[in-house]
Amino acid sequence: MNDDPTFIIPVGPVHPALKEPIQLVLTVDGERIVGVDVKCSQVHRGIEWLGMNRNNPIQSIYLSERVCGICNVCHPYCMVMAVEEAAGIEVPERADYIRTIVAELERIHSHLLWAGVAAHEIGFDTVFHYTWALREEIMDTIEYVTGNRVTKAIMMIGGVRRDITTERAERIKKATAYYLENFQKIADIFLHDKSIKMRTRNVGILTKEDALKLCAVGPVARASGVPKDVRQDAPYGAYAELDMKAITPDMYNGEIVGDVYDRIIVRLLEVKQSVELINAALDNMPSGEIVAEKNLVKLLAMLKRADGEGIGRVEAPRGEDIHYVRLEKGKEPFMSWKIRAPTYNNVLPWIPMLLGGEIADVPIVAASTDPCMSCLNRVTVVDESRNREFALTKEMMHEMSIRKTRRLMRND
Amino acid sequence: MINLIYGIAGTFVLGVFAILFGLSVKGIDRKISARMQWRIGPPLRQPFRDVRKLLLKDNVLPDNAVPWIYNAAPIICLASLITILLFIPIGSIPAVLGSSGDIIVVLYLLIVPSIAIIVGGFSSGSPFASVGAQREMVLLISYELPLSMIIFTFAWAYSVLYPGIPALSFSTFEKYPIWNQFSPIGMFGVGIFLIIALLVTTAEMAKIPFDIPEAETEIAEGVFVEYSGRNFALFYLADAVKIVVLSAIIIAIFFPYNLSPWLSAYITLPHWLWYVVDVLFFMLKVVVLSIIAVTFLRTALARLKVDQIVRIYWFHLFIAGVAAMILIALDTMGVL
Repeated sequence: MNDDPTFIIPVGPVHPALKEPIQLVLTVDGERIVGVDVKCSQVHRGIEWLGMNRNNPIQSIYLSERVCGICNVCHPYCMVMAVEEAAGIEVPERADYIRTIVAELERIHSHLLWAGVAAHEIGFDTVFHYTWALREEIMDTIEYVTGNRVTKAIMMIGGVRRDITTERAERIKKATAYYLENFQKIADIFLHDKSIKMRTRNVGILTKEDALKLCAVGPVARASGVPKDVRQDAPYGAYAELDMKAITPDMYNGEIVGDVYDRIIVRLLEVKQSVELINAALDNMPSGEIVAEKNLVKLLAMLKRADGEGIGRVEAPRGEDIHYVRLEKGKEPFMSWKIRAPTYNNVLPWIPMLLGGEIADVPIVAASTDPCMSCLNRVTVVDESRNREFALTKEMMHEMSIRKTRRLMRND
Repeated sequence: MINLIYGIAGTFVLGVFAILFGLSVKGIDRKISARMQWRIGPPLRQPFRDVRKLLLKDNVLPDNAVPWIYNAAPIICLASLITILLFIPIGSIPAVLGSSGDIIVVLYLLIVPSIAIIVGGFSSGSPFASVGAQREMVLLISYELPLSMIIFTFAWAYSVLYPGIPALSFSTFEKYPIWNQFSPIGMFGVGIFLIIALLVTTAEMAKIPFDIPEAETEIAEGVFVEYSGRNFALFYLADAVKIVVLSAIIIAIFFPYNLSPWLSAYITLPHWLWYVVDVLFFMLKVVVLSIIAVTFLRTALARLKVDQIVRIYWFHLFIAGVAAMILIALDTMGVL
C-alpha cells in the first residue's frame, strides 16, 4: 500500500469550471487541498507581436479589443491613452466623458456576467439565468449606443468614433433607471440567499497582507480591504470630475473578511456605483468635438513622425490594466507594446485562497477573481531544438528583462 | 410454474413501464425547471431523444479501467432498481413479489444502485471519478440513517398497534394507512418524517443541492466522467427509473390511497378499468412527488459542500427524526 494519502487532481487545461484554458494542479487529501500549482500559458495568441510587426496603430486599436472578449473597452482605452501620451495628442473633453460612459456600461455588463457565471459555478443555475436575463438590458443599450453588442469599436486615437446623441443618452438613462429599479432584486438574490451564503462565506479568504504582497488588483484587492482603484488613485477620462471612491465591503456591512462573499458585495456595489457614475457623466457632459484629428491619414502620418513612450492605466472590471507603448520615428507599427492584464496579478492569489480549502471550493474561488486567461497570456516559451515548452528560472528572466530594457533605452 | 411466468412477465412489464414513465417524469422535471428559470426548456420527449442518441454512440473504455466491473456497474444499477419495483404495489395492483418482510429487502436493494455507481466510479480509473465515488459513499452514509429511522419507527408502531400482522410489509401500510393511526400529535410526527423522506429522495437522486457525486463544475460529472454511449445510457435510464422507485416507496408508505374505493360508489366501470384508473392516479402522485422533491429543490438552491450535507443529515434531520420518533412513540403507547 502507498502510505501517502494524497493524490493529484488536474483541473484544466480544459475543465467545466474554467471557461478558458489554464491548469491548476491540486494535491488533495480526500476533499482537502494541500498543494496548489498554477500553470498558465495555454492560450498564447501573439497579439503584441502583431501590433509590433504587422499592424499600423489604428489597426492595433481593433486588435486590442480582441485581447479580451469582455474588457473590449478597457484594452483599447488603455492602448489609445498610451499612444496619446507617446505622441502628445490632446483628447477633447467630450471624448473623455464618452469614454468614461462606455467604460462604465462595460463594467455593468461584465459584473453581471460574472455574477451569473459565479452562480453557475456553485450549481445555482436559476440565478445564472436570472442575472443573464437582467444583463440583456445593458447589452441592448450598448448595441444602441455604440452600434455593436459586444466588441464596441468606439475608441480612436485622440478621441472616440461615435458621439452620444440626445436619443442615445435617453436610451442610456432608461437602462440606468432599469438597473436602479432592479438593483435591490439582484442584491437580495446574491446577498441574502442562504445557500449562496453557505457556499461563499469564509471560502477562499485572501488576507490584506497577501493581497498587498501578491499585488492583487481590482475587486479582489478591494474585497480584501485594499482601497485600490485607478479611477480614484490616478483619475483618467472624466473620473476626476465625477467624485469616484473605491468600494470596499465594509461599506456594506462594516466588516472585511476577504472571502468570496465580500467579492460579491464589492462587485454588486460597483454595479450601482457605475450606474450613478453614468448618470452623473451624462448630466455633466460638455459639448464640443469628439476626436482630436478626424483625418485618419493625417493621424497615421503624425504617429509615424512621433517618437516617445507612453503608459495607459485603466481600471478594467477585473482590476488595473496597463499598456506600455513605444513609438519610433519613421516606423509605423509600435516599436514596443506591452500589455499587463489584471488577471495576471489575480492568478497568484489563487494559491493562498485555495490552500486548506475543499475541492468543492475550486470553481467558485477561481471564478471569484473573474479570471480572463487569454488576456493574461502574453508569452509562451518554446525550446525549438527539443520542440517542447519549458519553464524559465528567475535568473534567466532577470537577465532577459535587463536585455529588453537596454534595447528600449538605446533610443533615448 | 404459473408464479414463475407471472414473475417474469411482471418484471418485464414493470421494467418497460418504469423506464418509459421515468423518462417522461424527467421531461416534465426539465420543462418545469426551465419555466421557473425564465427559459423555454426542451420538449417533453427530450429525454427519449437523449437516450436514443446515447445508444447510437460508442462505448469508450478508458485504458486504466477494470473492464468487467466498469461494464457491469450500469447494468447492476438499472437491474436492482427495477427489482425494487417488484416489491412495491402500483396503484391497486399488488406487488409482484410481495411478502411479509418486503420493506427490509427494499431497504437493502436501495443501497445497490449507489454501490454500483461507486464501484463503477472507482473502476473507471480517473481521479475525478474517484473523488465522485468517495462523495457518493459519503452521501450514501448520510441519508441511510434518517431513512431507516422512518421505516423502523413505523414498523414498531404497527407491531404495537396490530400485534400478529407482518409490520415490515407494504401490504400492512396499504391496509392501515399511517395517517389514520394517530392523534394530531402523532400525525405531526408523521409529517416530519414525510419531509425527511422527501429530502432523502433528493439526496438519493443526487440532484442539486445534493448532487456532489456529479458536481459538473467541480469534478466534471464525477462518477460518470468516463462513461459514454450505451453504458452511460443505462445510467441515464437508471436515473429515470430511480425517481419512479423512490416516489413509489414514499407513496407506499405515506400515501397508499387509491381512487377506486372512493369513486366506485358513484361510477360503475368494468373491473379492469379500475386498475387503469388507480395506476393513472399512482402516476399522478409520482409526478407531484418528483416535482416537490427534485424539481423545486434543484431550481431553488445552490449545490452544498460535502461537510454541509453530512451536517444536514446527521445533525438537523437526525434531531428532527428523533423528535418525530418520540411523538409517534408517545402517541402509540397512549401516553398522550
